Amino acid sequence: MLKDADRIFTNIYGLEDVGLGGARKRGDWDNTKKLIEIGREDIIEQVKASGLRGRGGAGFSTGMKWSFMPKEVGERPHYLVINADEGEPGTCKDREIMRNDPHKLIEGALIASFAMQAHAAYCYVRGEFYRETEALQRAVDEAYENGLIGDNACGTGWKFDFYIHRGMGAYICGEESALIESLEGKKGQPRLKPPFPANVGVWGCPTTVNNVESIAVVPTILRRGAEWFAGIGRPNNTGTKLFNISGHVNKPCTVEEEMGIPLKELIERHAGGVRGGWDNLLAIIPGGASVPLLTQEMSSTVLMDFDSLKEVRSGLGTAAVMVMDKSTDVIRAITRLSRFYMHESCGQCTPCREGSGWMWRMMERICAGDATPAEIDLLEEVTKQVEGHTICALGDAAAWPIQGLIRQFRPLMEQRGAGGQPAAAE
Amino acid sequence: MSDAPEAFIFTAENKAKADAVIAKYPEGRQRSAVMPLLDIAQRQCGGWLPMPAIEYVADYLTMPAIRVLEVASFYTMYNLKPVGKHFVQVCTNLPCWLNGSDNIMRACQSKLGINSGETTEDGEFTLLEVECLGACVNAPMMQINDDYYEDLDSEVTAQILDDLRAGKQPKTGSQLERYTCEPLGGLTSLSHQEDLRVQKVSEKGDN
Repeated sequence: MLKDADRIFTNIYGLEDVGLGGARKRGDWDNTKKLIEIGREDIIEQVKASGLRGRGGAGFSTGMKWSFMPKEVGERPHYLVINADEGEPGTCKDREIMRNDPHKLIEGALIASFAMQAHAAYCYVRGEFYRETEALQRAVDEAYENGLIGDNACGTGWKFDFYIHRGMGAYICGEESALIESLEGKKGQPRLKPPFPANVGVWGCPTTVNNVESIAVVPTILRRGAEWFAGIGRPNNTGTKLFNISGHVNKPCTVEEEMGIPLKELIERHAGGVRGGWDNLLAIIPGGASVPLLTQEMSSTVLMDFDSLKEVRSGLGTAAVMVMDKSTDVIRAITRLSRFYMHESCGQCTPCREGSGWMWRMMERICAGDATPAEIDLLEEVTKQVEGHTICALGDAAAWPIQGLIRQFRPLMEQRGAGGQPAAAE
Repeated sequence: MSDAPEAFIFTAENKAKADAVIAKYPEGRQRSAVMPLLDIAQRQCGGWLPMPAIEYVADYLTMPAIRVLEVASFYTMYNLKPVGKHFVQVCTNLPCWLNGSDNIMRACQSKLGINSGETTEDGEFTLLEVECLGACVNAPMMQINDDYYEDLDSEVTAQILDDLRAGKQPKTGSQLERYTCEPLGGLTSLSHQEDLRVQKVSEKGDN
């Protein structure tokens, strides 16, 4: 278990003063100038050495991503874009950073921007987070008033502006190139890559898009050292992580834990255990709606990190743990997710636009007990025709939960078609 | 609920807000401000975007109106039809559904006498079933205008709607004895803040 002394988000519940005074007491903005003086290349090296992998779901090395930016600034300015379009079902961690620990994000944005030679960061916050945006803006205003950001950020001579851009309700804008399109004032439809944002991002300029949590942990990594962060968790899966535990647990919560904590321990220690006890567990979706579910047996032993979950053909994703006990109609649960992907498909690529609706309708048939076993095969085949055949990963995300269901619960699906009764729904 | 106006123009206050928003983006990139400007216009119109407002924003940013309409129709938070004074949006995605969002929808339907997508005759309430709102450890939850109401049950939901109808502002956030997203009943991390938690939860309950 992570010791309190090793926690980064020490006000994640908002119990202490959220303002600059409280943030300073917790160590934020403590001689930031010294961190900047580490220098661009060494900052990037330290972030690489810490092993930090992107906290938005894909888990790509944050330091590596930063190193893809051009080394020299040409005619086009560089930009940092922060992805706060938190919309993956089950996920609500960036919300807590923005409303309860916002100075960590702003300080991290300054350091990241300096390292990538960006004079401005745009933080794209999902539109529904209105109160969270207000909280973040208050912190930004405080940072400007105290010279922490602005024309001479922290007295370093570096000019740095932090702007908030609100989304207006489109899950797809969490995809980085759709987010960039949206920031440019267009429909949020993903772009073909290459070119990658590090070459052609927002307004045609070199851009790095990072998740809120990835940016917010950077100041602490630099203060305490890359070795400290790398010493938490497991090799290639280092550091601390915010977990959201929802669904059928006794005490749903958000908590910062070490990477690689056993899933069962995470739930029992922090979320009061599964409703009705561990034996009453049916399945868990461990990383947000897009990742395949785990059975009770798998959940009993799996570790919560990128590589461990990949080994069991699921994923850490956003570390949003959704727990389903034995009262759950798991086919109905996955059908609900299928409806979500249909709703959120941007409509650009045919396999996703048509496939997401088709897969949802098929899931409805299976749910209602109207489908034959051959139709389950057909559905699985279609998921594979969608997966990997679209510009962005939304098509994959629509396919994976269904594939996971078929892999783990096929007998239940067939039984439903043969007249089996659905489990009692909520 | 406001009727469709024949013309639209920003109030002086909103014009100042719009100009401040445009200044956030680089020179020549004012089109980036289309989303926030549409939001300002929508708020001025009482929660929806009539065509004259869309055309006005287009002119304001020297954009073709069709490009602005494209944005307004792509993003779900722009309402192209009038909505009630209280816009009730109930999340029914997985974590909320697992914790009884069907009951929350039913409580809203029966209290308001309308279905998802409908507005009460007096124009007070619009009800809408929506996708994940990102407060999943506080499920089930709903958003009403700019505020989240979390950790709901049927009775509390009905009470919130009654309070709003009576012109009272209900407590926002968690409706249980929780401050934000901490586990109910006692901290399992940051244990030095436990006394603070007890105090904050009790203060919140008194409000």
